[in-house]
Amino acid sequence: MAEIKKEHQLIVSVSPHIKSEETTSRIMWSVTASLLPATIMGAYFFGPRAIFTVAISIIAAVLSEYIFQKALNRKIAVSDGSAVLTGLLLGMNLPPSVPFYIPIIGSFVAIIITKQLFGGLGFNVFNPALIGRAFLLISFPKLMTIWKEPTAAFVHLDAKTTATPLGILKEEGVAKLMEVFGDKINLYTQLFVGHRAGSIGETSAIALLIGAAFLLYRGYISWHIPASFLGTAAVIAWIFGGLSGKGGALFAGDPIVHLLSGGMLLGAFFMATDYVTCPSVKKGQILFGIGCGFLTMLIRLKGGYPEGVMFAILIINCFSPLIDRGFKTRVFGAIKETKAKEIKK
Amino acid sequence: MALATFKGGIHPPDKKELSKEKIISTTKPPKRVVIPLVQHIGAPCKLSVSVGQEVKKGEAIGTPEGFVSAPVHSSVSGKVIAIGEFPLATGRMVTSVVIENDGKEEWASLKDNPDYMKLSPDELKGKVKDAGIVGMGGAAFPAHVKLSPPKEKPVDVVILNGAECEPYLTADYRLMLERPQDVVEGLKILMRILGVNKGFIGIENNKPDAVEAMKKAASGEGNIQICALEVKYPQGAEKMLIRATVGREVPPRGLPMDVGVVVQNIGTAVAIYEAARYGKPLIERIVTVTGEGIKEPKNLMVKIGTLVSDLIEECGGLKSEVAKVVSGGPMMGFAMYSLDVPVTKGTSGVLVLPEEGVIHAEDFGPCIRCGRCIDICPMGLMPSMLSVLSERGFYEETKDYNLFDCFECGSCTYVCPSKRPIVQLIRLAKSLVKP
Ligand code: SF4
Ligand code: SF4
Repeated sequence: MAEIKKEHQLIVSVSPHIKSEETTSRIMWSVTASLLPATIMGAYFFGPRAIFTVAISIIAAVLSEYIFQKALNRKIAVSDGSAVLTGLLLGMNLPPSVPFYIPIIGSFVAIIITKQLFGGLGFNVFNPALIGRAFLLISFPKLMTIWKEPTAAFVHLDAKTTATPLGILKEEGVAKLMEVFGDKINLYTQLFVGHRAGSIGETSAIALLIGAAFLLYRGYISWHIPASFLGTAAVIAWIFGGLSGKGGALFAGDPIVHLLSGGMLLGAFFMATDYVTCPSVKKGQILFGIGCGFLTMLIRLKGGYPEGVMFAILIINCFSPLIDRGFKTRVFGAIKETKAKEIKK
Repeated sequence: MALATFKGGIHPPDKKELSKEKIISTTKPPKRVVIPLVQHIGAPCKLSVSVGQEVKKGEAIGTPEGFVSAPVHSSVSGKVIAIGEFPLATGRMVTSVVIENDGKEEWASLKDNPDYMKLSPDELKGKVKDAGIVGMGGAAFPAHVKLSPPKEKPVDVVILNGAECEPYLTADYRLMLERPQDVVEGLKILMRILGVNKGFIGIENNKPDAVEAMKKAASGEGNIQICALEVKYPQGAEKMLIRATVGREVPPRGLPMDVGVVVQNIGTAVAIYEAARYGKPLIERIVTVTGEGIKEPKNLMVKIGTLVSDLIEECGGLKSEVAKVVSGGPMMGFAMYSLDVPVTKGTSGVLVLPEEGVIHAEDFGPCIRCGRCIDICPMGLMPSMLSVLSERGFYEETKDYNLFDCFECGSCTYVCPSKRPIVQLIRLAKSLVKP
């Protein structure tokens, strides 16, 4: 027998022997990158304070993850980028003016309680950043609803506080919204650019859409959730959005205002699509999106809060495992729906 | 027109450029061959030679026991110098016959019968059986068994599998280019044995010259159709191939015959032609020796029983940074422990992979539920659930997710961004629960 070539120590492992280049951390960092345009717009409109808030949020998230994993002697997985992403999303969902301890508490709740205590990445039921924010909203209702005017410059550090478009819509109606923004075109333009009060990263529709387009193009998210989420919300806004106030009517709502305001775009493209907490089966994702859109509008039109995206996604998160079970994929050949076709000669 | 295909699947880099231009060449005669008595799925052969005995090329050295079995023949003329347990590429030890080659290439019997098409279907089938022909795509299922469908399962279509969807491999591609006529003859014999008048040859569309060559060779045959298929792994898996070429879906755990189809590989068709025409047993096959870790990739005509180490020498040797040597393709092949294992009837390739690109099993993360594996599983399974359940020891529960419908194509493991060893976990579960 030939000599075994000892200089080559062969690796023996189970097939397949090649793997794609996609990695979890590449996905996480790409999503993080896709959020940068919106973050930059937030910084532009709300000033250094906004940058500070987002930075604190990210640092607190990463530190929470690191300390937890270190303390429990687990593998340190900070470099997978998921904690950075959670911190960034939380920061983007905060009002610009919150005191420094708010993002710290939020990140702690997001990373430790929502993610790590459930078993870490992949095992959490709820979107961590959204739980962080929900916790803050319930614990610090005042601080979490002080909205700064977008000053579009770094000079006005003491910008006036104001109400968000959705707040105005809820409390004072469409007429007031028109009064604030002048006319419809101006309203749409300002919403599109992001020149309005709101959370740091949610205001600029154009910046969010650029990020979303990148994710869709790279296949990191698919259209199923955003399309069903936004579509459902738009239809409901159109049908029922005009009912409130005096002289309200069906089919008189303004879907565009609803889509462009609040956290709708940020939520539909970047939060509802979180792999871990949404269903994994595509058909189920459509149902999930419809549920999110429906609940968002229910809260916005009938609930106690002007904005409903956050609670809607969190509530529907609970159903993800159920949806996955209900929408199990069809095993190849299982149903005789493809009857043996007559073979073409 | 959209190319025929199936749902799901992946697009790994095909890497066929390494060896696709290499014309099939014959290896220099090996000094000795190690011929295992099990080279097929089914019962092992009964040894029919003894140490010291002189054998001729093509002489049977193992006779089949039972219906699902195939005889084994000597690939050289010479003397049996040892009989014992030797490892296969999979690591399994099997009884093998070691024959020293006298270099005379003396055939036991070989005669040209140009009128082979006049033989009756049963006579032809007998020739296939006696030649020890098995599926040469990798599974190595005895060919004559597939050619004996039970009465209640009428077969009306034969499909030749020219998809060769495994990256790197080019053996079938070269055969289609260099011997298209023999492929067509093989298909015609198969159709005659089965009494079928519809024959298809499915070829992935990244081999347009092979499609052309086959179309030309089959131009006079009205009932043979060449199908260009979308380039997608695992296009060459039987069920996917049948779906793509004739639009039929084999039911779960079913066989192609359940939908009236028999599938054979390109190499098998050529072997069947040679058996029918010359009475030549299956003693050699084409092996693609390739990969970034081999100096000179080649498509080789190899005698069964030649050691992999001889093939590697034939191809200029290994580069120094070699990490893994795989028998078969990169998606479903076996990593070898040792290079001193013989080429068998099912060895379609020897793939030498360098260090980079080899992912070490321990570096995997949790399932992030990204759904990629679900989207691409050609069987419509949920590999993520299977892997998570198996990882946590819920083996019985994996059956709720159709564990046994997985044919281990590896697509899920390929796409997983967390690098989870999904196939490995699925195999573990399969070994621990009953279907
Ligand atoms: S679960 Fe099985 S059949 Fe599906 S992709 Fe994975 S290995 Fe292939
Ligand atoms: S591809 Fe991997 S990470 Fe994604 S769902 Fe499947 S097993 Fe989980």
